[in-house]
Amino acid sequence: MAKTQVTIPFREAGGPQLKHAPARLKFYVDVKRCIECGGCEVACKNENNIPPGIARIRVVTINEGEPGETNVAVPCMHCSKAPCVAVCPVDALFHRPDGIVHVNKETCIGCGYCLYACPFGAPQFPESSPFGARGVMDKCTYCAGGPEVPFSERERRLYGSNRIAEGKLPMCASVCATKALVAGDAEEVANVVRQRMAARGSGGGAWGWETAYR
Amino acid sequence: MKLIRIQSNGARESSPGWPAALNPRLDRRSFLRAAGLGVGLAAAAGPSLVREVEAAEEKVEVPQFEQHKTICGNCAVGCGFIGEVQDGVWVAQEPWFEHPINLGSLCSKGAAAREHVISEKRLRYPMKLEGGQWKRISWDQAMSEIVAKLQAIREKYGPDALMILGSAHHTNETAYALRKFAAFWGSNNIDHQARICHSTTVAGLANVWGYGAMTNSMNDIRNSRSILIIGENVCTSHPIAMQHILTAKEVNRAQVIVVDPRFSKTAAFANQFVRIRSGTDVAFIYGLIYLILKNGWEDKKMLTERTYGFEYLVEEVAKFDPDTVEDITGVPKRELERVAKTLADNRPGTVIWAMGGTQHTNGTSITRSYCALQLVLGNMGVPGGGTNVFRGHDNVQGATDLGVLSNTLPGYYGLGAGAWKHWANVWGVDYEWLKSRFKDEKMMQKVGFTVARWYEGVLLDPKELGQDVNIHAAIYWGHSSNCQSQMDRVKRALEKVDLLVDIDPFVTTTAILPDRQDGVYILPAATVYEQWGTVTNSNRDIQWRNRIVSPVWEARTDLAILLELAERLGFKDDFTKNARGSWKGVPKSLKGVKELPEETIASIIGEWNLGMRTIGMTGQTYERLKRQQEWAHVFDVKTKKAVGGPVDGEQWGLPWPCWTEKHPGTHILYRIDIPVSEGGMGFRARWGTTAPDGQTLLAAEGSAPVGSSINGGYPELPDWKTDLTGKVFEEALAKGLAPYGNGRARFNAWNIPEDPVPRHREPIHSPRPDLVEKWPTYEDVKDHFRVPTLYKSIQKADWVKEYPIILSSGRQVEFEGGGNSERACWWLVELQPEMYVEIHPKLAHDHGIKHGDWVWIESPEDLDGRPSRIKVRAKVTKRVSPDMVYLPFHWGGVFEGKSLAHKYPAGYVPYGLGESANTVTNYGYDRVTQMQETKTGLCRIRKA
Repeated sequence: MAKTQVTIPFREAGGPQLKHAPARLKFYVDVKRCIECGGCEVACKNENNIPPGIARIRVVTINEGEPGETNVAVPCMHCSKAPCVAVCPVDALFHRPDGIVHVNKETCIGCGYCLYACPFGAPQFPESSPFGARGVMDKCTYCAGGPEVPFSERERRLYGSNRIAEGKLPMCASVCATKALVAGDAEEVANVVRQRMAARGSGGGAWGWETAYR
Repeated sequence: MKLIRIQSNGARESSPGWPAALNPRLDRRSFLRAAGLGVGLAAAAGPSLVREVEAAEEKVEVPQFEQHKTICGNCAVGCGFIGEVQDGVWVAQEPWFEHPINLGSLCSKGAAAREHVISEKRLRYPMKLEGGQWKRISWDQAMSEIVAKLQAIREKYGPDALMILGSAHHTNETAYALRKFAAFWGSNNIDHQARICHSTTVAGLANVWGYGAMTNSMNDIRNSRSILIIGENVCTSHPIAMQHILTAKEVNRAQVIVVDPRFSKTAAFANQFVRIRSGTDVAFIYGLIYLILKNGWEDKKMLTERTYGFEYLVEEVAKFDPDTVEDITGVPKRELERVAKTLADNRPGTVIWAMGGTQHTNGTSITRSYCALQLVLGNMGVPGGGTNVFRGHDNVQGATDLGVLSNTLPGYYGLGAGAWKHWANVWGVDYEWLKSRFKDEKMMQKVGFTVARWYEGVLLDPKELGQDVNIHAAIYWGHSSNCQSQMDRVKRALEKVDLLVDIDPFVTTTAILPDRQDGVYILPAATVYEQWGTVTNSNRDIQWRNRIVSPVWEARTDLAILLELAERLGFKDDFTKNARGSWKGVPKSLKGVKELPEETIASIIGEWNLGMRTIGMTGQTYERLKRQQEWAHVFDVKTKKAVGGPVDGEQWGLPWPCWTEKHPGTHILYRIDIPVSEGGMGFRARWGTTAPDGQTLLAAEGSAPVGSSINGGYPELPDWKTDLTGKVFEEALAKGLAPYGNGRARFNAWNIPEDPVPRHREPIHSPRPDLVEKWPTYEDVKDHFRVPTLYKSIQKADWVKEYPIILSSGRQVEFEGGGNSERACWWLVELQPEMYVEIHPKLAHDHGIKHGDWVWIESPEDLDGRPSRIKVRAKVTKRVSPDMVYLPFHWGGVFEGKSLAHKYPAGYVPYGLGESANTVTNYGYDRVTQMQETKTGLCRIRKA
């Protein structure tokens, strides 16, 4: 296989667990590739049995129907300095050691502060309506389940699947149609992005060229 | 069937929107996943961060499931994925990263594959309409009543009173068996979606160079340096193919040029976007060829050595100087010049098209013009070049190859006596007996009705038809009626037939559209994921599809249903045998049998291997296909060729022609730089050795595949189509010869009526009456596929006065075809909940329409003295130009503003209901194939 085709680090290829430094798991959305096919959204629902009305990831289109139209898949970005973690009044939101931001649904009071804080609209409120009760917050888990025993019924019921514990990457990125959504250890993700940028080259038609030196 | 337990809470029947029964399903799955792990629930009590970390360090066993590799059942890209099963229940999907075509990727439809099986809306048991009410009946009752009625109709009116609408979602084996069934029944009135999808491509390409299929492959686009996408929205229709296109764009710096009336999702990824008036493709392509010739950019070697009739093309092209082209197409001269230069400078280049190119009255001319462009540029028979025709459904290529068409037997043998004798020979039945099943020899050799116009066989007087009886029974088998234009006429036909049978995993629009009280049967079929078989993707790759679970509820596989019909009609034993013996594993009686074992499927593969000699579907044995699936990881992504292992050197999917069991398959058609034994070949010598004008049709000296014992053109080898022993193929390969000869591609296809050389013709409903005189449509035809077809008498110049807006239709990424399956999947409907019409802001504002308003769209199609119309929401967007509107065509369940929800059996209303675009698409059918002209019509709009 050509080098450029390896856009998602294989789980067998020696992922984060072989490094000395702890992994920091990240998403990257290649906006020059996302085609808004909705594969990530449906894969997430399928894998995590997401109830209706909840979108742990959604694809947003900017300038639809006009030159420059761009699609961006928006999951929880699992920020390193996560505003949601900072504002949560009951410390229900927390970082796992690998950087994944989790919510503890047992502790969460569903106040919605995290929604104010989040730049991406990641927090979701089951059975919510603009004026209704919000219930407990739900969000992208990076397919890492939640603060429960991995693969337990409680974990599945509250949080969904735990692919990270199985040694797999999140489902949305795994099935991405054009490998636009890349997931994995930040270092690996950076490698993938670097490879792509190198392949896209410089000069006419290069990615970002028209704005880089403006 | 295992799902029954979950559904037993009855929540589905009572909940109108999203059923509460989702949660029980979730419970079931989570229960299954946790089962057997021995993890006490108490261990999870009082979780916290510390708790979580500790938990992660506990030794837990990763849940294990049965894994079944399978092929997605939506579009024709042919993506693979893995289904995970526990205790007979499909519990999860996993990406199949080693699959050479999609590398694990899936779009929304593929990611929702599981919901096709577990959806609450799956049809659970046979039902019949009685006194206007749907009533549950047993399979036995359904089948005996249906067969009794069929036999009565046959006795009274003859075999031609039945129309079978087959499916592009059937496996190759089912498709093949269905065509065989129609032959045994004694009628050519069988057709499937390919008619309204790529029939003009098949007819066009086959008449240019021999085979009517995609010449290269999705993966091969990685080798392209320019990519011309015309009349196709890859991002929406074939999302996974974008992976290869974007790789070519990024790595090769391939120039992506999108030509479309609409600034599609794909256009957003193009280096150049050209807005063209719908239906003017020939003029645009000829404009390019005009400039290519003017500048001397043509490939002279290709033209002189491997083509015939170039001078005819030159004569026609001469009419299309850039000014004329600009007037017809609306493409500015400057843009035309830029595209021509880009294509000339960046070779090899590929041309990609789909329904935007095919669904026109002159569709067969349009597809041939694309071929002409590629021949002139010398882009044929090279990696990175070719005509990459993106086909629609997962097995539309296979169903086409296997002849679920009214104009041919399997393998494009046609309907002549020779063809029938060949297949009688393969089937091991007497030709005279077959003939006795038909009305007479004439009807046996006469093309039948098409999907596009079968309803005229019901509605018109038999005197106007090409057969002396009306159609009295219709079997829709994995087919949506809302895909056919003039839906009001389809509706009337569905109301008028004596017997309507709809076999589908879901309750389709077909079943609920007609206003009738009885005579409708709906039978639950298995989805594609509940049956074994092979499927052929767009680029001719034949892939083995594993069954993931047994058919759920009372559903049965299509093959089981078909064989029971054969049994009840009294020809099962003859039906399940062939020249080599009987099919294995077929039970004595099919009554109540849900599915047939894998060995039966293997027997049927063996049978088509035996008969499908014309296109070389002869070397793809069951064993080879299964072995490829197992060794998917050794195939290179760019060349699709296996490196090492037991499949060393094979092409993925053994794309046809794969002449013998040792042949690797043909990745790229018409390639002469490799030997025939490795997939090389010249153009097909299909039309003899000399053209009517006396010119040779054989390739020039020096242009034969590498290693050929004849270094030039040669005719077809004797008996290559009918020799069942395989000796002809083996001897040919030993000599480095292609069994079908080495001929020339034809610019002048003299056998095509009115347009031997592709011509621009204005659409029947042209928005430019001033051009109609110079570029008129065809003469009316009296008997075309058994129906009268009007052209000139309809192309009145004043349509546009009353109906000034161009009407076009297309796809949404979440749905496919008539959308009956996908609209019954909540995951997909949630993303795309509503039917809409795309309107440019200017057009909308001129009509006082705002984003989200309800809009009436009216078309010139007459419905009881008034225009037929639909009521949809306005999506105001600059995607479309101000002179057109655009409708997605997947919707159904609403007719002329009225919901048909009450006509569904209780609890089976799909999550997504909407007006069908085809209620307003206009009259107009291709001169060669009856393809419906849905991409270029006229309409008017007003605020509702």
